Amino acid sequence: MPSIDVVDLSRLQFALTALYHFLFVPLTLGLSLLLAIMESVFVMTGRPVWREMVKFWGTLFGINVAMGVATGITMEFQFGTNWAYYSHYVGDIFGAPLAIEGLMAFFLEATFIGLFFFGWDRLSSLGHLIVTWLVAIGSNLSALWILIANAWMQHPVGAHFDPATMRMELSSFYKVVFNPVAQAKIVHTVSAGYVVGSMFVMSISALYLLRGRHRELAKRSLTVAASFGLASALSVVVLGDESGYMAGLNQQMKIAAIEAMWQTEKPPASFTVFGLPDAKTETTHFAIRVPWVLGLIATRSLDTPIPGIKQLVAAAEQHIKSGLVGYGDLVKLRAAHATTVPPDMRGPLGDLGYALLLKRIRPDIEHATPAQIDAAALSTVPDVPVLFWAFRVMVGFGFYFILLFAIAFYLASRRMLDQRWFLRLALWSLPLPWLAAELGWIVAEYGRQPWIIDGVLPTFLGASTEPVADLWFSLFGFVLFYSTLAVVDVYLMVKYVRLGPPPEAPGAPLRAALAADGN
Amino acid sequence: MLPIDYATLRLLWWAFLGILLIGFAVTDGFDLGAAILAPFVARNDTERRIVLNAIGPVWEGNQVWFILGGGAAFAAWPPLYAVSFSGFYLAMFLVLAALILRPVAIAFRGKLEAAGWRRAWDWAFFVSGLVPALIFGVAFGNLFLGVPFRFDDTLRVSYEGGLFGLLNPWALLCGVVSVAMLTMHGASWLALKSDDAVAQRSRSVARWAAIVLIVLFTVAGLWLAYAVPGYVIHGAVNTDAPSNPLNKTVVREAGAWLRHYGNHPWLAAVPGLTYLGAAAVAILARGKEKLAAFLASAVAVAAIVATAGISLFPFLLPSSLDPNSSLTVWDASSSQATLGIMLVATLIFLPIIIAYTGFVFRVMRGPVTGAAIEQRRHELY
Ligand code: HDD
Ligand code: HEM
Ligand code: HEM
Repeated sequence: MPSIDVVDLSRLQFALTALYHFLFVPLTLGLSLLLAIMESVFVMTGRPVWREMVKFWGTLFGINVAMGVATGITMEFQFGTNWAYYSHYVGDIFGAPLAIEGLMAFFLEATFIGLFFFGWDRLSSLGHLIVTWLVAIGSNLSALWILIANAWMQHPVGAHFDPATMRMELSSFYKVVFNPVAQAKIVHTVSAGYVVGSMFVMSISALYLLRGRHRELAKRSLTVAASFGLASALSVVVLGDESGYMAGLNQQMKIAAIEAMWQTEKPPASFTVFGLPDAKTETTHFAIRVPWVLGLIATRSLDTPIPGIKQLVAAAEQHIKSGLVGYGDLVKLRAAHATTVPPDMRGPLGDLGYALLLKRIRPDIEHATPAQIDAAALSTVPDVPVLFWAFRVMVGFGFYFILLFAIAFYLASRRMLDQRWFLRLALWSLPLPWLAAELGWIVAEYGRQPWIIDGVLPTFLGASTEPVADLWFSLFGFVLFYSTLAVVDVYLMVKYVRLGPPPEAPGAPLRAALAADGN
Repeated sequence: MLPIDYATLRLLWWAFLGILLIGFAVTDGFDLGAAILAPFVARNDTERRIVLNAIGPVWEGNQVWFILGGGAAFAAWPPLYAVSFSGFYLAMFLVLAALILRPVAIAFRGKLEAAGWRRAWDWAFFVSGLVPALIFGVAFGNLFLGVPFRFDDTLRVSYEGGLFGLLNPWALLCGVVSVAMLTMHGASWLALKSDDAVAQRSRSVARWAAIVLIVLFTVAGLWLAYAVPGYVIHGAVNTDAPSNPLNKTVVREAGAWLRHYGNHPWLAAVPGLTYLGAAAVAILARGKEKLAAFLASAVAVAAIVATAGISLFPFLLPSSLDPNSSLTVWDASSSQATLGIMLVATLIFLPIIIAYTGFVFRVMRGPVTGAAIEQRRHELY
């Protein structure tokens, strides 16, 4: 077993590098689609200002993509370097969507991105438009497959444990791909990316309008961002609700923790808008509750009970006991070199993951005492206060974005984009969608603890057996390296925003003429 | 499922892994080579930008061969992915650092005019080519020696030995072979894609690198034959048993890495192609047939990767600590179901990828000239 230091350092390193990767990913998702939309308008109307917009936002896109690609490579290889037992244990299922992501998405995006930047004078305008769309499609397909992989960790369907190979193996690829958790997650996360992209374009356009620079480009960009952003913000919230519904169905502990719901409530459960959850006393102080709402979100009904944390811990205890029977069966099966599992052993073997939770307490888990089983059951509760707050802040931002984009949409359609209070608000809202998205991942991933694969493999078993010194070295290296790159990236972004569209860009001479046409 | 038996699927996936590695070495190999060469063939800012823009439109797509290699190893050979990446932990970290540096170096260098800024990224670019080229070679060298790992009965892997254990004379020789190979390949590409002084210098580098490669490849072959004992599976092999690397006996034998060439002499054509390709580069590099020289270089590169894979077969990753724990084609794969699904996905997408990659190379064909660089100062790298 890896030491706890190694596990904690690996977790910290994974969380930091993943959260860092996800600073660039959503902007790529949103901006690539916005570029494709802008270029479509250019090809349809033939107005050069739209091509100028594509080139200007394209430059910022290029800076961002370089960082997205650089940090993504780390993610792809970290499963092998830091989570070797995880890779052995579930690679048979988890590796497939990752490889398909490479085949279907990364190649498409990365191959055509070269043509996007270098192909302007080698392709017809229609040809270039197709290239831009292929880049956007490629990046969105990559989100699709990585989220199928991630959803499987949250809700591992279509797989079974094989005693001959000591790992999970695929039973149904169809179930893995059409995992209900994946569907909710994909739409929610990709929409979050579109919100990030729209906010980016809107905030920078607002800055230009405040300063009275590049008005033609800024007004049109803001209009596009407002409409696309409004649709995306609505989709994030509506489908965030879907995500909650799926978590309610499949990850009851996560929902209970998000709600700080210690006891099962009589249906329909109420939603706690505010409160101070206290894990020690297992109560929530100063709770302000809205009746019925949680029942509706999590079960879509008024009479299904939602189990509370204490009830779920009791259920986990039963799973652990059954898992210990499965562990005993496994020892017998392996001694007999069995390659198939008799039907009566399948149930207990399915709970094997729960028994493995005991490994953190003692290696010879078959001798666990009732007190130790209790402790293991209690360890299935995630960090309630963190989830409670992370979730509420994300949701709060979600409603704020709808409001902000709705105002933007209204002002843009009325041609009233010169309201300075609005422009300032839009400018200062720039970092918020990133914050919401990072908090979302914390809810999803931290809320899954102590599992790396829900109910199948505890996180602490997934780590590699690595010297602690190596981990300190790599963690320190990543922090140093990524911090430096962050400074350089922000510096370049600011520099290019200040510079604005290059004056000698094709179409510049036409700008004066266009300014005359009134909008 | 597919009407293909488990053993055949495993063989096909062994071949695919080889194809992906070859795809990486042949395409991204010239990007790495160009990075290694940049400080030597480009002497002023315009020339450096010629080098960058010669790989500019294609390096990102090329790099995906490497990413896909990782993804495919994860999906088709999970124990290989787990053991190699965690076993080479610090070496992998260095490769990662280099590969993180590369995209930003290429994309950011041209964004500002300041000379200091550009000089710093030039260094980063050089390092981002040299480090992976060297480490990949060293890692391959260590495969032949065996890596010090073992499995416990839950198939958890543990290691003895760290980064410095990898740096032995034989592995360093393999590292230098790899650097020579990619230098030749990068130089052949630059000879094709640049003009004037840069092309001129690249041609003579290509020629010399090809000659050095021929010498080093020969030395490595002799060393392998006489001084690096090979690994052999002892007794009958069940080629479609469940993937559990602990169910076999492995012994070490002097000269065993070259035994396939004795048993099947026609296989010697593969290392033979290395000589043919490299010799053709040495001859053609000075002439007008720049495309032919580049293709010859690609053949040599592909043949070197294939030679390594064939010599190791059926081993993927031998263990020096506990030879029975070694990973082989027959006991380190995914399940039959996963291999089958991934085969279908690969057969659909690989041809499509090759088609559109070919299209992009065609659209961007022709050399990058100094004049074009000067003219499009803000759009190109
Ligand atoms: C493909 C699988 C996958 C995907 C798409 C993501 N994660 Fe994840 N995440 C994991 C697989 C995973 C993991 C391997 O399962 C970790 C490592 C340690 C752990 O407990 O779970 C994890 C941990 C983890 C943690 C720390 C939780 C903890 O250790 O307590 C955070 C905050 C995130 N992730 C955030 C993210 C972000 C921002 C992602 C977007 C890029 C992301 N995850 C995508
Ligand atoms: C932990 C899991 C993840 C892994 C292993 C991973 C891996 C990678 C890799 C290797 C790249 C570089 C590909 C290239 O060269 O083009 C990349 C980029 C990318 N990834 Fe991730 N990624 C992860 C999480 C995510 C998530 C959750 C999303 C989307 C919701 C995502 C979306 C993207 C996109 C759009 C890119 C394109 C480049 C860019 O960001 O600018 N990734 N990722
Ligand atoms: C009313 C608004 C929202 C609700 C009800 C909501 C709900 C949820 C839920 C329940 C999860 C966890 C899913 C899981 O554990 O599997 C989640 C995750 C996430 N949220 Fe939200 N969310 C909202 C707004 C937002 C906003 C505004 C953003 C960003 C712009 C965002 C970004 C994310 C991301 C990136 C994740 C992680 C990926 C995932 O698990 O789907 N969310 N959200």
